[in-house]
Amino acid sequence: MHNKPISELANDLVAKTVSSVELTQYFLSRIEQHENLNAFITVDPEFSLAQAREADRRIQQGDKSALIGVPIAHKDIFCTKGLLTTCGSRILSNFVSPYDATVIDRLNQNGAVILGKTNMDEFAMGSSNETSYFGPVKNPWDNATVPGGSSGGSAAAVAARIAPAATGTDTGGSIRQPAAFCGVTGFKPSYGQVSRYGMVAFASSLDQGGPITRSAEDAALLLNVVAGFDARDSTSVQRQTTDFVAGLGEDVQGLRIGLPTQFFGHGLDSEVERTVREALQEYEKLGATLIDIDLPNSDLCVPCYYVLAPSEASSNLARYDGVRYGYRAPDYSNLIDMYMKTRAEGFGEEVKRRIMIGTYALSAGYYDAYYVKAQQLRRLIAQDFEQAFAQCDVIMGPTTPTTAFAIGSKTDDPIAMYLNDIYTISVNLAGLPGISIPVGLDSTGKPIGLQIIGQYFGDTHVLNAAHRFQMTTDWHQLEPPGD
Amino acid sequence: MALDHQTVKNIARLARLHIDESNVERYAVELSRILDFVEQMNRVDTQDVIPLAHPQEGRLRLRDDLVTETNQRDSLQKAAPEKEAGLYLVPKVIE
Repeated sequence: MHNKPISELANDLVAKTVSSVELTQYFLSRIEQHENLNAFITVDPEFSLAQAREADRRIQQGDKSALIGVPIAHKDIFCTKGLLTTCGSRILSNFVSPYDATVIDRLNQNGAVILGKTNMDEFAMGSSNETSYFGPVKNPWDNATVPGGSSGGSAAAVAARIAPAATGTDTGGSIRQPAAFCGVTGFKPSYGQVSRYGMVAFASSLDQGGPITRSAEDAALLLNVVAGFDARDSTSVQRQTTDFVAGLGEDVQGLRIGLPTQFFGHGLDSEVERTVREALQEYEKLGATLIDIDLPNSDLCVPCYYVLAPSEASSNLARYDGVRYGYRAPDYSNLIDMYMKTRAEGFGEEVKRRIMIGTYALSAGYYDAYYVKAQQLRRLIAQDFEQAFAQCDVIMGPTTPTTAFAIGSKTDDPIAMYLNDIYTISVNLAGLPGISIPVGLDSTGKPIGLQIIGQYFGDTHVLNAAHRFQMTTDWHQLEPPGD
Repeated sequence: MALDHQTVKNIARLARLHIDESNVERYAVELSRILDFVEQMNRVDTQDVIPLAHPQEGRLRLRDDLVTETNQRDSLQKAAPEKEAGLYLVPKVIE
């Protein structure tokens, strides 16, 4: 049962061959069996089973809503009414949201079941899940390695088949990089495609929610429910509703695939490169053509991002003051001291580092040298993509320079950690859609991801390209060993 | 850019983060390394480039100026660390 795609689970539920309560109970027990992964921060069986009973009642009445009764895990960054939403932080460790995020709300209306809240890097700041206040997540393929981050719990849960599907968020690679490390499919939609309402803000001009699933088809199914215009998010884009599943019907004959020379250069692991090139040959067999393209400012994406994201974060995280919600320090001498101690005790090291960098970059006298400079570079990076897309339909390359690394191996070197996202960050800076799909294993049995990048609001083309690969290969069906 | 101790303390004050005296040096070293790293940006001349703040620049929606939210004070205040009679309690600021 744990290997079925969510489309099949949904069909089984509507055909009443299995009930939502049975399915939910089944996955809850799998979560318990895999507790050592630390993939979840909150699991509330009573809450989930109450939702499952309600879904079963609706199914009995003939309700055939997409995903009705299907249990789905959510990154602990999405606000859920009545359940903890911690964002992986001590400062929100006691926070119960009074409302649901739009993503949650739409799934609830469709009758999906909240299976639990998944572990993540604190405030989504990290590429290894090691910055979580609730401890690191283990990669199901090799428990000594990280699952990637920041949506590491969601990726690990889907890889270990303890959740049929999950949500994640991606600010600089936080859906795609863990998907690559865990051998699952992770899609970051175009900026504005999925509502950010009720999604705890990290860097608002970069953050985007999306699905982490076992296939592009599952991702499309989940997106059909959660994507689309939301008046409560000022950056939500008003367009005609897209049917992402219907968009999976095109072949890739004649598809022009751009390969950025910068994505295949220094720093790329040779096994990752070889495997990605093999996947590209598969696309050639399907009738696509490969074209070398140039993204000249690629190497400056990470520096640019580590000015912009911390700047936005320092502003967004100013709200955590110990007054209206969340943790408050027990001992303080006055109001300012209460703010300072609450924040010092409530935030972890990486979050504090980024708040400090962002505060500095935005401070009087340094604003132009850092923040404005980074925004100018952001335009050049976005223009690089526009020029590249004059020659090609989609862009492909490795999702990450290496496969999953050992837990603890990069925690003392922030910059080495930041460079994990060297191929994913530019996509967020330009607001484009991007997916990572599993395309093989390295010699130690760890998954390798292929990244596919599309034009702004070309989300269906990206999903379709991924789906076509998955129709003729079975890398996405590989399971971690030992289960 | 090497940050001195006073600058680190000033940033921490602006960010409302308490830093123990014993950690100031560590912050100075770590933040300076990150600033050195991001200063690679200066390799590119961006003289006449208009800054891009957002993927959808200039396309933000406006809505009618109407009351759309209902009063949810009690449910919103459930999460507050200290409150009384519908008010948030903080340390005394006026003597």
